Amino acid sequence: MSILIDENTTFIIQGITGREAVNLTRECLDYGSKIVGGVTPGRKGREVHGVPVFDTIEQVIEHNGGAIPDGSVVTVPPAGTRDAVFEALAAGIKTIVIVTERIPRRDVAAMVEYADQQGARIIGPNCLGLIVPGVAKMGGIGGPAKNAEQAYQPGSVGVMSRSGGMTTEISSTLTAAGLGVSTAVSIGGDAIIGSTYAELMPYFEADPQTEAIVIYTEPGGRMEAQLSAWVKENNSRLPIIAFMAGKFMDDEEMQGMSFGHAGTIVEGKEDSATEKIARLQEAGIPVVERIDEIPDLVKAKIAERSAA
Amino acid sequence: MRFFEYEAREIVKRAGIPVTDYGFTTDAAEAKTIAERIGGPTVIKSQVLTGGRMKAGGVKFADTPEEASQHAADILELEINGHWPRGVLVDPKAEVKQEYYAGVVWDGTAKKPLMLFSDMGGIDIEQVAEEHPDHVGRGHFSPLQPFSDYQAKQVIAAAGVTGKALQRATPILARLARLFLENDMLLAEINPLAELHDGTFVALDAHMEMEDEGMVRQKGLIKALGIAPEEGTREGHTPTPFEEAVKAIDAADHRGVIQGKDTGFHGNIGLVIGAGGGSLTLTDAVRQQGGKPANYSEIGGNPSVAKACGLAKEVLNKDGVEKIAVMMSIVSNTRVDIVARGVIKACLELGKDPGETIAIFRIPGAWEEEGFKILDKYGIEYCDRSVSLWDAAGRAVAKIQGEAA
Amino acid sequence: MKKDAIFIGVEVADSVASDPAVGAKLDEVCPVNIFKGTDAGVDIVEQNIDECVLCKLCYDVSPGNVTITKLYDDGAAL
Repeated sequence: MSILIDENTTFIIQGITGREAVNLTRECLDYGSKIVGGVTPGRKGREVHGVPVFDTIEQVIEHNGGAIPDGSVVTVPPAGTRDAVFEALAAGIKTIVIVTERIPRRDVAAMVEYADQQGARIIGPNCLGLIVPGVAKMGGIGGPAKNAEQAYQPGSVGVMSRSGGMTTEISSTLTAAGLGVSTAVSIGGDAIIGSTYAELMPYFEADPQTEAIVIYTEPGGRMEAQLSAWVKENNSRLPIIAFMAGKFMDDEEMQGMSFGHAGTIVEGKEDSATEKIARLQEAGIPVVERIDEIPDLVKAKIAERSAA
Repeated sequence: MRFFEYEAREIVKRAGIPVTDYGFTTDAAEAKTIAERIGGPTVIKSQVLTGGRMKAGGVKFADTPEEASQHAADILELEINGHWPRGVLVDPKAEVKQEYYAGVVWDGTAKKPLMLFSDMGGIDIEQVAEEHPDHVGRGHFSPLQPFSDYQAKQVIAAAGVTGKALQRATPILARLARLFLENDMLLAEINPLAELHDGTFVALDAHMEMEDEGMVRQKGLIKALGIAPEEGTREGHTPTPFEEAVKAIDAADHRGVIQGKDTGFHGNIGLVIGAGGGSLTLTDAVRQQGGKPANYSEIGGNPSVAKACGLAKEVLNKDGVEKIAVMMSIVSNTRVDIVARGVIKACLELGKDPGETIAIFRIPGAWEEEGFKILDKYGIEYCDRSVSLWDAAGRAVAKIQGEAA
Repeated sequence: MKKDAIFIGVEVADSVASDPAVGAKLDEVCPVNIFKGTDAGVDIVEQNIDECVLCKLCYDVSPGNVTITKLYDDGAAL
């Protein structure tokens, strides 16, 4: 089992003829994902690694005998992302991964609201997508199939990360320790994202394969407070372990500067690493100092739960 | 991008919100002319992109045009928190009956813009929210649906405001909400929003911040405000030469992204690290193990050899930096071999031995076999994914600071 | 025609180095602009040689006539 996607999930790539999109298409196909079409306006009739390219999503659906794809990976430039996502939502696509960076917040918020109305879910923006090890990946997560295989083996831990690269670093550590990964989601590094930790928790909760959750987090935003509240309100069966990067940003000399992702700017005292760590721990979510401490703690927590 | 008060007031004015008949100038003599035109007591306000100007003496009251001119001359020479003023605003001193607060910000959890209104204006809204929560009205609005004035009315009413004041303030908050979205703002604030004795409302100060990502489509407004493209995003701090140099290298080539910062870093460990999350993790790991980084950096998006080389050279050119640590979390897009070539090239071009200069190279992932061959050839200590980020950072600290000590 | 940078060496066989058609094609396929097509054939852009991403697209242009060597690997050819 897995969350959001499985071996039958079909998806399209919007902006498929772009340089990065061409690579991403190759990687996903090699990994076993079912890409049923691509869209780049004006490029109808082309092919990208055997995937037919169309001008509109409507044409993709028609080409597939009326079947609506389950998902879309959106890799169009920032100015066109809102329109591309609206097109996908209007067509009835329910899982949308937005890879594009630097999209204005107004557009992100509008896309999220429309997705809510359509009963759809957005992952990202500014993310690498998600991967179900050994089954499928949707987005550039893990890179070429060969590299993805090395870092991601099927297992029991769900991973959510604000950093695409750290999704792989953490998953690789879990894989090396023999725990493996059920589904790993790169949720994106922006201040407003389609799916937060708390919003994805119910999916993991419902996935029998997942026995524990690891999150990678950073200063900025209120997403950890939201997760802490969720944990307190819902009697989750899943132990959660967190890693917090960017503690150095709490230094007085770093105030007002942003590092890493767009969302990592400390705007209030609740945004700081120290404050977030306290909040997470208060909710019973241990925050480890080092990535390499994660596997042992996950094993201990799983053992604790199964003993209880 | 941050705006000076005189620009923020212009933005408010363009949105149809009443402002006073102020004037902006960079010249003390002209301040006098403006005060004469106003024809009454004035307030002279320093135009700086920093807070605390009142305390610093950047706001002064004048009864006559001569006094206004004198204050302007003083304020134009007054540095506040390391910022020199852009100019001064000469503002009619308003006879205020009541001060209000009107603001709009993003709520990242609700993923919607949030209006805030209070009848306790003139002070910090966070303080009001903490001490007098019943005096603050809040309300989200849709980034998708058209805005309707009743939404602003509800927020004002929730702050306990009624009567004429409610009626007069409603269109102002509504316009502020609309301009917030239309102009891609991160913050749009009028504080104080003044109710005058005749019952009319006027914005006495405004604070605006535009999202950098929105600047491309707000070029028209930015140009209309007379802001030169060279001003960029007006970051909170003045970029250091290192930061400027890295930015220039990044801009020169579209492949990949590099960033470098050294504001607040004073150590001797040169960090050539990546990507977003990996850099944060590694910087922490170096510091927690007693290391003192000379800088922060980010490599991402598969940069060219030239770009990786450029970043490494800039780090090596920093005072006190003899060695660099080249480390990233597992890469799947950025290539190990390309970064390896870049950092080695940097050493060679500076006449340094790569094997001596690169304390540790820990970048596992895409094209690592090829990368490791290059590192072997130059005798560089490297490690694969079996060495954690923490341990790699520890080795860098031991090698660089251990030797320096 | 042969040129070596720090990490990568590029050789275009003399038999095709003065063929403008080959030059134009090499210019078109190389993602890092190592080749510049000219009226007289092909030029190798020295400052771009080390940018080579080992993609071998140039090998397909004129099979057997273009060689990329990895100078860091005892001059092994791709």
